[in-house]
Formats: sequence, structure tokens, C-alpha cells
Amino acid sequence: MISLPPEARPAEPTSPSPTAAALTRRGFLKSAGAAAGLVIALQLPLMRKAYAGADVGEVPTGDFAPNAFIRIAPDNRVIFVIKHFEMGQGVTTGLATILAEELDADWSQIETEYAPANVKLYANTELGAQGTGGSTSMANSWMQMRRAGATGRAMLVAAAAQRWQVPAAKITVRSGVVHGPGGRHATFGELAEAAAQLPVPVDVTLKNPKDFVLVGKTSVRRLDSAAKSTGTETYTIDVKLPGLLTAVIAQPPAFGATLRHFDATAAKKVAGVTDVVEVAEGVAVVATGMWAALQGRRALKLDWNLDAAGPASSAALYDHYRALAAKGDGAPVQIDPQHKTAMASAASTLEASYEFPYLAHAAMEPMNCVAWLHDGMLETWGAHQFPTFDHANAAKAAGLTPDKVKLHTLMSGGSFGRRANNWSDFTVAAVNVAKAIGRPVPVRVQWTREDDMRAGLYRPLYVHQVKVGLDAKQRPAAWQHAVVGQSIMAPTAMAAALIKNGVDSTSVEGVWPTPYTLPAPEITLHSPSQAVRPLWWRSVGNTHTAYVMETMMDELAERAGADPVAFRLAHLQDQPRFAGVLKLAAEKAGWETPLPKGKARGIAVHYSFETYVAQVAEVSLTADGQPKVERVVVAVDCGTAINPDQIVAQMEGGVGFALAALFYGEIDIENGRPRQGNYNDYRVLRMNEMPRVEVHIMPSGEAPTGVGEPGVPPTAPAVANALARLTGQRIRRLPLSRTSFKTA
Amino acid sequence: MIEFKVNGETRKVDADPQTPLLWVLRDELGLTGTKYGCGIAQCGACTVHLEGRSLRSCSAPVAAVAGQNVTTIEGLGSKTAKAVQQAWIALDVVQCGYCQSGQVMSAVALLDQNPRPSDEDIDLAMSGNICRCATYQRIRAAIHAASDALSA
Ligand code: FES
Ligand code: FES
Repeated sequence: MISLPPEARPAEPTSPSPTAAALTRRGFLKSAGAAAGLVIALQLPLMRKAYAGADVGEVPTGDFAPNAFIRIAPDNRVIFVIKHFEMGQGVTTGLATILAEELDADWSQIETEYAPANVKLYANTELGAQGTGGSTSMANSWMQMRRAGATGRAMLVAAAAQRWQVPAAKITVRSGVVHGPGGRHATFGELAEAAAQLPVPVDVTLKNPKDFVLVGKTSVRRLDSAAKSTGTETYTIDVKLPGLLTAVIAQPPAFGATLRHFDATAAKKVAGVTDVVEVAEGVAVVATGMWAALQGRRALKLDWNLDAAGPASSAALYDHYRALAAKGDGAPVQIDPQHKTAMASAASTLEASYEFPYLAHAAMEPMNCVAWLHDGMLETWGAHQFPTFDHANAAKAAGLTPDKVKLHTLMSGGSFGRRANNWSDFTVAAVNVAKAIGRPVPVRVQWTREDDMRAGLYRPLYVHQVKVGLDAKQRPAAWQHAVVGQSIMAPTAMAAALIKNGVDSTSVEGVWPTPYTLPAPEITLHSPSQAVRPLWWRSVGNTHTAYVMETMMDELAERAGADPVAFRLAHLQDQPRFAGVLKLAAEKAGWETPLPKGKARGIAVHYSFETYVAQVAEVSLTADGQPKVERVVVAVDCGTAINPDQIVAQMEGGVGFALAALFYGEIDIENGRPRQGNYNDYRVLRMNEMPRVEVHIMPSGEAPTGVGEPGVPPTAPAVANALARLTGQRIRRLPLSRTSFKTA
Repeated sequence: MIEFKVNGETRKVDADPQTPLLWVLRDELGLTGTKYGCGIAQCGACTVHLEGRSLRSCSAPVAAVAGQNVTTIEGLGSKTAKAVQQAWIALDVVQCGYCQSGQVMSAVALLDQNPRPSDEDIDLAMSGNICRCATYQRIRAAIHAASDALSA
């Protein structure tokens, strides 16, 4: 996902007053056949562009305009328009919780739908574009949704006051019912039409948090559990349209490969195949169903030019990156003028080199998109995580103006960052195929698992080299740190905003800035580019920086003969929340109580996406020397807890996701070809490998921050630190499957 | 023509006999609750029941199920299935949800064979179902909860 450090974010008013939100009346929403009652549209100031070059200003109008967050139908349904993308993280339930809280709606009357592409109404105010990433959803929506809900409530109250001829102050609202003096009451639906006639107040009173009935309550359950437990949720792969065709694309077998020639004679003979077309992505075989399309693809004769294929191998990249790191001439991230002197006068040093492979997201639903070119317009159905990108890219591919392009955003079968990308790769592929077949029929481009895993857009391969100078008492006195790896932001439209003086902040986030007080640091960065495109992967730079920092802190504590918790605390200044989760996790895990022989604990703490997470892992070895993580205790401080059980769920999922990468995650490249292609060789975590996860949420009245990503970074270092205690082995090359372990 | 029963109804399909059952269910019969995740019997997203037993429909040619009973998530209705789905909902097991049809199908088959599974039994029966969102802890808890509800 996308990580925008605070300093790189567009300068937005961080907490605009309700009056600044310029709430204006937009009137009714009338759609064919159904007159909706009250529409509360929040017209937000157009957010400043967070990046250069992208067309964020154009918004299609049409069926969905005017836009709104809340719609109340005369039949008493409350429909919330969700501006964020659901990839399982629970944002739909989260935004609905806030809206329902301030609206005082009943949880059972709520329906949700996903917002159309409309950056004016639905921008992520932290990203300056319509999109979901960087664990920003709750943080940027908190006040906006509260005001939206409160505005709706105020108008319903005003409508009731008018109807009953009583002062508004005498009216209360509880669970979707408006109550007045003398036992009078009305449902939202009954008041909708009257409320719609009223002016939208510019200033509304928000609830006192102590009066919350939904926010912070575990009684609020996910809105999508029933559909997803009964197989009735609609994902992109499930879209049904008249005449819908299925396409699979023969992609280049290696990064940098190009198509010389192809022969479709045999493919066209496969029953069910309707078209074979060349597109920018490769050769698409279009058919009446998936099996026919796959058979057709198998029958293609393809001649690829592999002259420019690369990189040569992951092994060669590690060599190259280590050499770059050793040169020490990277772009300066942070240079303390005292560094050289401090390092020169060190009594001893601790040096370590770390290697992190390419990682695929491997979301459960392989990438796909439906595109339909008809009547001079384009419609797409897909998991549009970043509508601002997808809308512009789809329009460009179709050769249409954005107002002729309508995106239908659907539930996604996971993302972990993959579905938000600058190129909208799978969306554009669908548009290209729809265009190439030249008939006004809808077509779904469906990637196989192998297509998905080999399409690039990986968490890039990284090398870190760290040298810490120690004084005579084994205390850190100088810190040299070279980071080498592809810049995630460089190839994107966000480069200008996020790369300063050659430093992509997402390459080093977690090393610099860090909550720790690093002695006399010299931190540098090399950002070589490669034919493999990089992408944010659940927690972005923190996927590698947390591992390096937290295993290094552990090693330094060991050198100093200090307790790992005490050592970390001693290197913190004015970091009460960071220290707070560290202490909470240690306490809940029983850090001071010894474990039976054959088990060990490790701890790690990390700050990412404005959230603080510490974890303690309890680890043993199986009879055949495989690490087994038995228990992980998590302490999280994400400010106000909106949906506590969903915070717990994201921590559980974050731990499992991190363990998969730690144990097995690796896309190994040879001659430009990713060697892995499916879950058999790119293993992910399975049921029997999932530890017991216990989550403790720090009570807080601070503004809410994200939880989708921050659960990931501390897991791997906590486990590695436990393994070091258990086996004496410090693991500096991931994944762990490359190492065999023995109990020390 | 290949004939078999899906969710109690006899269906005849005119398909290449090698077509995996998964694509017949999804593309021919419109039963999209069964998902595609890997196509090589690695992930379990495509799990259905063949005569009450879990089957990876992505790796079973449709010809192999001729004359037999197939149940998909759409056709679940047994007491066990209801208990499983209720437990799934009560514990908010799902995240993205894409794997969950398969998880539910495997869990129902497990409880039908073994109404009181231990953690090890669950590991064994469920480790063929990948959840990339790692909802495993809740899946385990929901299977135990469904088992408790069924034997109460
Ligand atoms: S799709 Fe059948 S097991 Fe993965
Ligand atoms: S809930 Fe997302 S893969 Fe299982």
C-alpha cells in the first residue's frame, strides 16, 4: 500500500472546522424508477494534487451524481456511500460505524455501496486523490464522516421539529428513530422527504466521545460477514453481464521480453475461442469461458525476443547491491557531521549485511477486470483501489475522455497493495482487449495464478549494510547504514512529491526517521532501477527496515548484556506511545517469566503509518529443525479504536501475512523470469503454521490511525530475535527457508 | 453430454470432458460462489462436496463427477452447514472473504466426518485451504464454536 510520510503529504488543513467543510445542499438524488429521499452531499474543497502529471480534476457525471455519503430512502433504508476500497480490512464497516454513530442510525438499517470515481467528492484527503492506501482510510475519514453523520442527524431533527412544532432541543434520536415530546416518534424514512427540503447546516455539533454507542464497541460486527460466509458476495470474477467473454493473455515470459511473432491458427480452432488479438500486454485469447480461453492460450505459437530480458538473476542483484552499499556513496538520507570522528574512535564495531528478496502480493483473487466499450463509452467492473489512477488510465487506453468512462468498484479478493498501481495494469489490459476485439461486448481479462505471480510489481529486492561503532562499554556510539533497493515511488506520478534529493522516503522509512535516538548516524541510499517494476506491498519500506532495525537493536542489546526491552527504552527520548506499546506487549507476554527449555521469546516494536505496534513472539523448533511460532502477543496504539474487533483482526492477519514472507516469501529471478508461479513454490502461511495471536489495544483518545499495515513490520524481527535466543543464529537473509536451524 | 447432480438438481452440460468442474460450475451453471485461486489443488478456494466429501473442483475433470452428487456453497443447507455459517458470522471470521466459500465447505465436510475435532484434526483438515488474509485463528475458533453448537 501507499505510504506517504507526513512531511510529504499535501498541505491540507489537518482538522478543518465544521464550517470550513462548506456543506451545501445538493438536493435529491433521483434515479430511474426510485425516488430517494434525503441526500446529504458534502462538497469538499478540491484536494490539492499530491502528484504531478495525473489528471485528477476530471470527474464523470452521470447516474451517480450528485454524490453523497448518506442517502436515506423513504422505505427507511440508510445507504452509506463508501469512499474507500474494501480489500478485507473492514473499511466498509469502519466508515459505516462512524456515519451511523453520528447519524444515530440503527445498525440493521444500513446498506453500503462503493463510491463512483469522483475525486471532488471522494478524495482521500491525506493522499489528495481518490484511493485507498497507506493505512490512511480511518485517519482521513474520521472527522469527515462524523460531520457527514451529524449533518444528517441535525436535518432529521430539524424536520421533526418543524413537523411537530417543537424546539429541536426537545428532540432525541436513538437507533434510527426520532423521538419528540409526548411520545411522538418517526423513523428516518418518514422524515426523509421533509428533511430533504431543508437547508444543509454549515455547522453541526459532534457527539461527545463518551456518548458513543457504536464507535469503540465490539458489539458492532462486520457488514459483509454473511455474504462472504455464504458465497453470495460479488467479486470481479463473479460479474455477470449479457454476452460476457473471458480473456486470458499470454504475457511475456520474462521482464523485458517482446513479442516477435505469433501464430493463432491452432488457438482459433479451440471450441469456444472467439478472438485472438495482440495487445500491449501480449496475446489475448478471448473465449466464451475460462477453460476454452486457457486451451486456446495453450495452443498459441509464440516467438519472444529475449535479448533485453533481465535482470540476469536475483543472486547477481544481491552481489551488485552489496557492492553499491560497500561504496558508501549513496544519496545522503541523514549525515551527522560527527559521524566519521565517532566511528573512528569506536572501541569495536558490529557489522551486518541483510538481504530481502522480491515478494509477490499473491492476493487470493488473481487480478482481473471487466471492460465494456459500448455507445461511445467505457464501463469497467473491477477492484479499483485507486479510482483516480484507474479512471485516467482506462480513459487513455480507451481513447475516451474521462467523462465517458464509468468505473464500478467491487469488493476485492485481497490486495495488499497490488490493486493500487500507477499503471492500472490489469484494468488497462481489460480495456485493451475490449478495444482490440472491436465489438461492443463486455470482456473479462482474468489472470491465472501464474499470470498474477509473474507480472511483476513486487516488493523490491533490498540490501542493507549496517555498521555500528561501540564504545568501550559496548554502547552504540556511531551508526552507519547503507540501504540499496529500487525506489517504489520513482516510476509513479508521486515521484515529485515523495522523492527529495534522490531519497525516496519509502525506501528508508523506519531507518530514518526512527523513534530511536541513533548515535552520530550516516545513512545513505542507492536506488538502482531494474526491468522488474516495484510496488508497495503491505507496509511498504517497513517490510525490510523494521527487520533490520529491530534485529540490530536486539543484537546490540545482547552485546551490551542488556535486556532487550530495557535497552530499547534507553534509546528513546520523548516517545511515550512507542515505549507504551513496548512495555504493554512485554507485560502481557510475561516477558520476565522464563519459558520451558526449547522455547524462546523475542520482541520487536515499530512505528508505521502513525500507529505503534509491539510484538512478542514465542518460538520453538520442530523435530526436523523448522521454526515454529507458537504465540504472538501484540500491543497496538492506533489512537481512538473505532472497531476494536477489526483492529484485532488486522493484527492477526498482519502477523500471518508477515510470517508467510519470513518463512517462505521469495520471488527468485533468473534470466528475467520469476521462478515461482503458484502457491506450491511461492508458499504462504497455512492453518497449521498460524500461531496463537493475542491482541491488546492501548486505550487512547487520540485521533484514529491505520491498522491495515502496521501489524506486519514487527512480526519478522520478533520471531528472528526469538530464534537468535533459541539457536544462537542471527538470520540476515530472508526467507528463513534458506537457513537450517539447530537448538543452541 | 455429461450429467450429474448439483445441489440436488440434475444438470446436463455439453462440455469438453476434461473441463475442470470449477469452470463448468462457474461459467456454464452460473454458480460463482465457488472460487478460483490456483487451479492446481493448492489453495482450496474451489472446494465443493462430492458425495459429501471435500473435492478441489479446479482439478477434477467434469467427466469424473458424472452421475454423482455435487454440492456447492449455494446448496449448503444441512444442520452442520448452518452451524458453521452462523459461527463464521458470529466471530466475523472473514476479511476479503475470497477464500471463505472454500473454508466453509472444508469445515462442513470436517464436522460431518468428525463432529468433535481437536486442533490437530483442524490443522489436518484445513491446511489445504489457504487464507491469504490469515484468518486462521478465527476459522479454528469458529469450527470449535460450530462443533459446540451442534453437540449442545
Ligand atoms: S483453485 Fe482449486 S485448489 Fe486452488
Ligand atoms: S479472507 Fe481473504 S483470503 Fe481468506
